[in-house]
Amino acid sequence: MKQGKFRISENKKLTPSTYMMKLEGDVSAVKVPGQFINIRLDGHFLRRPISVCDVNIEDPANGTGTVTIIYKVLGRGTEEMSCMTPGTELDVLTGLGYGFDIRDAGDMPLLVGGGVGIPPLYLTAKMMESFGTPPVVILGFNSKEEMFLVEDFIALKCSIIVATADGSVGVKGTVVDAFKELMKLPNAAISHFYACGPEAMLKALYKAAYEEAGISGQLSFEERMGCGFGACMGCSIETKNGPKRICKDGPVLRTEEILW
Amino acid sequence: MVDMRVDLCGVTLDNPVIPASGTFGYGYEFAELYDINSLGSLSFKGTTLEPRFGNKTPRIAECPAGMLNSVGLQNPGVDAVITEELPRLREVFTKPVMANVSGFAADEYAETVKRLDNSPVSDMIGWYEINISCPNVHGGGMSFGTDPGAAASVVRAVRWMSEKPIIIKLSPNVTDITEIARACEAEGADGISLINTLMGMRIDLKSGKPILANTTGGLSGPAVLPVALRMVYQVSAAVRIPVVGMGGVSTAEDVIEMMMAGASAVEVGAANLINPFACRDIVDNLPKVMEKYGISSLRDITGAAHR
Repeated sequence: MKQGKFRISENKKLTPSTYMMKLEGDVSAVKVPGQFINIRLDGHFLRRPISVCDVNIEDPANGTGTVTIIYKVLGRGTEEMSCMTPGTELDVLTGLGYGFDIRDAGDMPLLVGGGVGIPPLYLTAKMMESFGTPPVVILGFNSKEEMFLVEDFIALKCSIIVATADGSVGVKGTVVDAFKELMKLPNAAISHFYACGPEAMLKALYKAAYEEAGISGQLSFEERMGCGFGACMGCSIETKNGPKRICKDGPVLRTEEILW
Repeated sequence: MVDMRVDLCGVTLDNPVIPASGTFGYGYEFAELYDINSLGSLSFKGTTLEPRFGNKTPRIAECPAGMLNSVGLQNPGVDAVITEELPRLREVFTKPVMANVSGFAADEYAETVKRLDNSPVSDMIGWYEINISCPNVHGGGMSFGTDPGAAASVVRAVRWMSEKPIIIKLSPNVTDITEIARACEAEGADGISLINTLMGMRIDLKSGKPILANTTGGLSGPAVLPVALRMVYQVSAAVRIPVVGMGGVSTAEDVIEMMMAGASAVEVGAANLINPFACRDIVDNLPKVMEKYGISSLRDITGAAHR
């Protein structure tokens, strides 16, 4: 973990409620996909934890570069963030959380993301692609107008399946419906899966992929956090391996340890 | 050169800054960020006889200038604290530690103190801080801290379990906190620490339900500083034993104000959760702020507001 000042270089609207922000500063603490950063906002006591979508180191000598986040406007804090202009400085904690372990990816990894759970999967896909194994990706949205990042996954040579709740694009239904369609294909020998999204989605996917199809995976969870770095025990959940802090021992947990 | 040293129940601290229990774990994770030996001491995570998972999530809600928590004393239990947590702390911290203990019955507090005091890590402990004020557990915690008789019963049970100073941590959720403090002093407590969190709640407008799974939680952060100052002022006038002040302290100025109200040492809680370097920064800033106000020795200002 590092604390540092970051300068907003870009902050743009992707969909009616989703924004992308690029922050410049010392990104050396961002090590693995699935980690998050924690942003201090004036007038709010607690920081805002947001997962890392992408990171680019520009100067390896001092670790400076750009970290990209994609966030949904859900409350006052994120609403204020959406109005911030380039040049604004923010106090940010970086390199937080235990992320996705891509060493388990195998020959045909699958990434499954729902809505604002999709961003951390982008860096995951990018790293897998750099190792020569572009993943199969299932992305779920409510509708066509809420879609984002799809082109970016295509640029990484991922095989993409989109599911929309209203059927306006791709499979009509959830990412789990899309997963079941995928598994009907004769060559869908999924080696391991990585998922991030709403808890109901994670739970349904756990049932379909782990319990029914026997595929192990890693799921990224969300909880209301106090500190974001393991000090307050505000976000602990029970697992088969004892209590785990979503912010420090997670947000990524393995299918083998999850207790619903 | 200013003198930041203070005395707490016969033990001298290099400075009065102590991370408060529940905001600093067992310390060693913060030692990855900076040398925690710059602190006066640290009060470790509230420890109970048995391991506790605590309450369901959500356990955290934000408030203007503060936060609510309803963690519910999550901890690995005293035996694991002795065999796993404190040995890890020993590798990175050389000063006396404040051992924060909680429980659900007087004899449970006593047994926990006894096990710590008879353990191979007992030499690390400078003081016991007996938490009779956790608002987030049922059938224990705060129920001892809201009744003078019950508070006294805990002091009576623990005071002979160790030769080390016993500090009793009080709840602000009472009509007259001085009455509880006097009951603890009369029973032989060596010090009083206050305040624990103030009971509060928040409601989610979309669902119409409480945000916290536990319905209520404890309020901490800068919002509670004036309440804490008032109570430290009252308690330090009511008892002769030393007082450790806490509640909303986030700057070196706040530390000085808390000492002027009557505190011999000062704990810093919620500030650690938004700035992991908060305690280090406060210690670094103290000399400058002391010079600004013409304070040459910090121990001289305890209770200045009473004089």
